[in-house]
Amino acid sequence: MSDSSRSAWKDFVPGLAVFVIFLFVPSFLPRFHVYLLGLIFTTGLLAVSLNLVLGLGGMYQFHHAVFYGIGAYTVALVITKTALSPWIGFLLAPLVSALLSLAIGLICVRLSKLYFGMLQISLGSLVWAVVFRWYSFTGGDDGIHGISVPDIISSTSGAYYFSLVLTGLCLVVMQRIVNSPFGRSFQAVRDNPVRSEAVGINVKRVQLTGMVISGAFAGIAGSMFVVIEGSVFPELMFWTLSLEIIIMCLLGGWFTFLGPMLGAAIIVLLRTFVGIYTEYWTIILGIVLMLLILFLPQGVLGYFLEKFDRGGMKPVREEK
Amino acid sequence: MDFASNITIPALFQQTLVGLSRTTILFIVASGLSLILGVLRIPNVAHGSLYMIGAFIMYSVNLFFGGGQAGFWMAVLISPVAVALISLAVERGLFQHLYEREHLMLLLFTFSITLVFGDLVKMVWGSDYRCVDLPASFQGFFTIFGFPFPRYNLFLIIIGPVVAFGLWFLTNKTRIGKIARAAAVDREMVGAIGINVSLVFAAVFVIGCFLAGLGGALVAPTQNIRQGMDHAIIIEAFLIVIMGGLGNIWGALLGALIFGLTDSIGVLVLPQFAIVFPYVVVVIALFFRPKGLLKSTW
Repeated sequence: MSDSSRSAWKDFVPGLAVFVIFLFVPSFLPRFHVYLLGLIFTTGLLAVSLNLVLGLGGMYQFHHAVFYGIGAYTVALVITKTALSPWIGFLLAPLVSALLSLAIGLICVRLSKLYFGMLQISLGSLVWAVVFRWYSFTGGDDGIHGISVPDIISSTSGAYYFSLVLTGLCLVVMQRIVNSPFGRSFQAVRDNPVRSEAVGINVKRVQLTGMVISGAFAGIAGSMFVVIEGSVFPELMFWTLSLEIIIMCLLGGWFTFLGPMLGAAIIVLLRTFVGIYTEYWTIILGIVLMLLILFLPQGVLGYFLEKFDRGGMKPVREEK
Repeated sequence: MDFASNITIPALFQQTLVGLSRTTILFIVASGLSLILGVLRIPNVAHGSLYMIGAFIMYSVNLFFGGGQAGFWMAVLISPVAVALISLAVERGLFQHLYEREHLMLLLFTFSITLVFGDLVKMVWGSDYRCVDLPASFQGFFTIFGFPFPRYNLFLIIIGPVVAFGLWFLTNKTRIGKIARAAAVDREMVGAIGINVSLVFAAVFVIGCFLAGLGGALVAPTQNIRQGMDHAIIIEAFLIVIMGGLGNIWGALLGALIFGLTDSIGVLVLPQFAIVFPYVVVVIALFFRPKGLLKSTW
């Protein structure tokens, strides 16, 4: 017991130190960079939540963005269409995303690998199509703009602190989930579904639970997006965004807990700063990604951890 | 909104024909995707980009020959061939080193190609909408049972079965088709009896991409050619292939038929949500037959 609590402290102290440093960031960085950091936290949380099912569970979650988008739309709709307190929207966002995960998961989880992913894309696209066309409710392809969030989080630094605190909390909780008995059995299911089934793990239920948890965190990330950008639009749940999130996981390394966060930071920064110089930033992303897949398939963080011989998570293997 | 008040016999008939011409495009694109998925096991997201490039090349070639009859036919011939050449370069240069990777990596790799092609198209043709004018013989309408129907759509409806027959002939009656089907089942065995599997794969990839280019060329006169048409078509094509059964040409035809018809007839029922119907049908189909309607080669 003392051993496990000591290792928990070892993980916790550096994280807390980083968190405290980030607390002081708005006092010395320009506003644009503070905004950018908030966006990185949001996108990073989204990527880490995807990695729960993708890296830890080895499931082909091809349409993760739909849970993110639904979370964002939940907050936006509660604020603009109801008289409820906006905070109820923030509470509802993870719940609605988790429910959608459950619904989509129940249908998809019977299948595995590519079939699972493709069925999920078709279900996600169905949700996207409804949002895209339901002008009277979701604003259709225009989306909803100028969403007024509560005063305390409406300024740039307010939004920043909101995203920082939520991201910190979510990361702690997700870290606990990864190391919990559930996290272990999820990993076991990834590495050998047949043997896991044989030792008494209910594979489908573990996978479904993983999807629901991951979806809920994606919903939280979606609610953070509304606070930072003040708007929602159907591109938030378009399938290309889903692949972009997978790229973030790959870029950072999906066998590490925080790798996807790094990948998200790289993508957001690349888009912002390369975007200043040229409108053709996606060609650069595409080429970087090609080189990465050809030469560095374990990701940036994964590569360095391997160099330093650390990192407990093993690569996802595909049953042939 | 008045529910389903638009449904009349003439409207139904006309929308069925519209749906069938849409089916042709969907089938041509999806069958190429299915061929590549079935034999090479590559979920080729870049298929949509090749379709878009096919449409843009159609526009340029047609412009180069000054439009009209000659421009149209030259463009329809040249653009799929050009797309096939591009795909040959991509396959020999990149894909042939990646066949052993996981599906997820292949999917991301093809997505990165999509990103590159998307920007290349933007560089070459710009972000404006483009249109292709049909030659005079394709303009105007036929009158069928007293209802006007665009001539070009009828042309598309005839092309569909022709392509389907050609593909059936290719995969079932020719040497390369038979080898490709054998390689889809057991590539090691095919290699072991002395066949150069790598070249067979290259040929199949090029044929599949040729179909993407052909689809793009044929669709060009019917809609605006623009950025983003790659993302729209590829998701539809994937759903059709999955619904029909991976690697099954007739599955792709059936899927395209269902997809095209539910879309066009859905417009009569609920115009605003017509886009939703095909997705609903796919979900229902996969709910009851998770591995697709027809037998998949996997």
